Amino acid sequence: MAKRNLIQAITDGLRVALREDRRVLLLGEDVGVNGGVFRATEGLQAEFGSDRVVDTPLAEAGIIGASVGLAVNGMRPVPELQFAGFIYPAVEQIVCHVSRVRMRSQGRFSCPMVIRAPYGGGIRAPELHGDSPEAFFVHQPGLKVVCPSTPYDAKGLLLAALAEDDPVLFFEPMRIYRAIKEEVPDGHYTVPIGKANVVREGRQISLFAWGTMLRVSLEAAELAKQKGWDVEVVDLRTLSPLDRETILASVEKTGRALVVHEAPKTAGLGAEVVALINDGALLSLEAPVGRVGGYDAPQPLFSLEDIYAPDAKRILHGIESVMNF
Amino acid sequence: MNRIDQCQAEGKSLSPALLTEMYKWMITVRHFDRRAVHLQRSGRIGTYAPLEGQEAAQVGCGFALEKRDWLFPTYREHGVSMVHGLPMATIFLYWNGRPEGCISPPGVNIFPIAVPIATQLPHAVGAAWASKLRGEDTVTVGFLGDGATSEGDFHEAMNFAGVFQLPVLFFCQNNGYAISVPLSKQTATETLAEKAAAYGIAGVRVDGNDAVAVYEAVRTAADRARSGGGPTLIEAVTYRYGSHTTADDHTRYRDEAEVNGWREKDGIARLKQTLLTLGVWSEEQETAAWEEADATVQRAIEEMLAAPPVDHNRIFEHAYAKLPWHLQEQRAEMRKLYGNGGGK
Repeated sequence: MAKRNLIQAITDGLRVALREDRRVLLLGEDVGVNGGVFRATEGLQAEFGSDRVVDTPLAEAGIIGASVGLAVNGMRPVPELQFAGFIYPAVEQIVCHVSRVRMRSQGRFSCPMVIRAPYGGGIRAPELHGDSPEAFFVHQPGLKVVCPSTPYDAKGLLLAALAEDDPVLFFEPMRIYRAIKEEVPDGHYTVPIGKANVVREGRQISLFAWGTMLRVSLEAAELAKQKGWDVEVVDLRTLSPLDRETILASVEKTGRALVVHEAPKTAGLGAEVVALINDGALLSLEAPVGRVGGYDAPQPLFSLEDIYAPDAKRILHGIESVMNF
Repeated sequence: MNRIDQCQAEGKSLSPALLTEMYKWMITVRHFDRRAVHLQRSGRIGTYAPLEGQEAAQVGCGFALEKRDWLFPTYREHGVSMVHGLPMATIFLYWNGRPEGCISPPGVNIFPIAVPIATQLPHAVGAAWASKLRGEDTVTVGFLGDGATSEGDFHEAMNFAGVFQLPVLFFCQNNGYAISVPLSKQTATETLAEKAAAYGIAGVRVDGNDAVAVYEAVRTAADRARSGGGPTLIEAVTYRYGSHTTADDHTRYRDEAEVNGWREKDGIARLKQTLLTLGVWSEEQETAAWEEADATVQRAIEEMLAAPPVDHNRIFEHAYAKLPWHLQEQRAEMRKLYGNGGGK
């Protein structure tokens, strides 16, 4: 076993997939010779050739549209979008086609692919490079949406996503691409899609977070502990479909909940988690479920991104509001 | 400052005085660019997109336009934007991640930088359409690189422009690479200019390292557009010496011999030779011009560095014309947690 950071774990996962399954191919802008803008595909073209790790023309809709045809015709494409903020030109393909192939063909065709996209702010990147658009795709039926927060999960979820018969959007938290190293097994293993992970046990309030915000939520949980509040932190890991069982079990135990995300608050995924808790655990609640999100303003240029994304202080404020209801 | 007016006064002819002005601008742009890369390396600005090698294309284009014309730039058009009237300090502020860096001064018709690829081209088409509808004698220029010609928006914009015969120029700086991907993997056509034929518009290919040739190509296309002759795609063949941005490393995808080969065709060196041949330039003037460029860039850097801490209320200020209730609440909460402006 080797210690790997999140991006190295992804590279390793892609390598395992390319070795094990001839149907797998990676395609996107700069993924070949350059190894991707974040080096996620570093060395893979040299190892597997330019037919399996393909530098494409600069065309997001083209990359995803071509992946539809590849998938329908028996391949397992892994298209990379350089940043989630560049996914928008491909939204038509994802929403109108990728997500509907199975339904439209009544099961005659399916569209298994894993669309990789780094998301979220925090790396002082230029405009539009820091968006968190996961809610758009959770809203679209026919897709699965996954967002790891640790190197171990990143590789395991990626390999699980590749085994899915449905298309998966795989959002990678670029702020923590290189922030953490942990033991990541060599070879093939999976972390199941659709399963959340209770990463910190607590008795008084449940924090639900994913990707970039998980570590900040853990930080806030420590601050809350100093105030005498015992916080449980749950990493959702799969955003669509949500792990209802784990979410409700946690709320039934603690009686209070707060959802944390970096995307704008209004109509963000937090609202869906709140609705899910209302539907399934209303009578367990001691207080309304809180939300801490990005502001409902466009993701700002980087001089303002640290104040835009929730930090431990803001999450603690959210915890206080729920605890003191 | 207003070289555009001077250019107008002299019409199409490129007098030695105008050539000299152009040359000084090219030096200034190169110096600006090199300092910007250094500022990024020393952590005083964020990721930056260098343009070194493309000065002739940008300055030549800028000089051929009129003050009233509209620019729809990408993130690499600092040269032409400066010539057109965007203050250098504003450009530095943008790359320092500050919202003030997006603001063009009144009367300077430059749209904010478009970060997504080719998406500004339909905007340029619309702006040109508005000019045509109002009967104005204005040309709009949409800027793009070679990679942008693969995006759908490029083709849609070209098609609209052709169908509606709009006074728009598509100014493509073919600098050889879209990050790491060379032109040969971007298109199967020999040139980019020939793509114009598919849309029934004029296509011109010009040596982008020849400022005079670029000037003439843009001037001719702009004149044609102004007189109702429709749009043009101009492919200025040039090269970026550095990386796509300071976040990538160009030595991973091309070798130094190729870069050096292009340095031998450098647009600045070429115009200098022209000026020397004309007998209107000397090494003393050369030294003085670089010193002046250094002073200009230094002043802009100091202006950027002297800017007060960014006001975090700006997150909300321009999200809507009038702030809705939920944003008023969020702003109030932000002020409660982080104070009233001045950064975190």
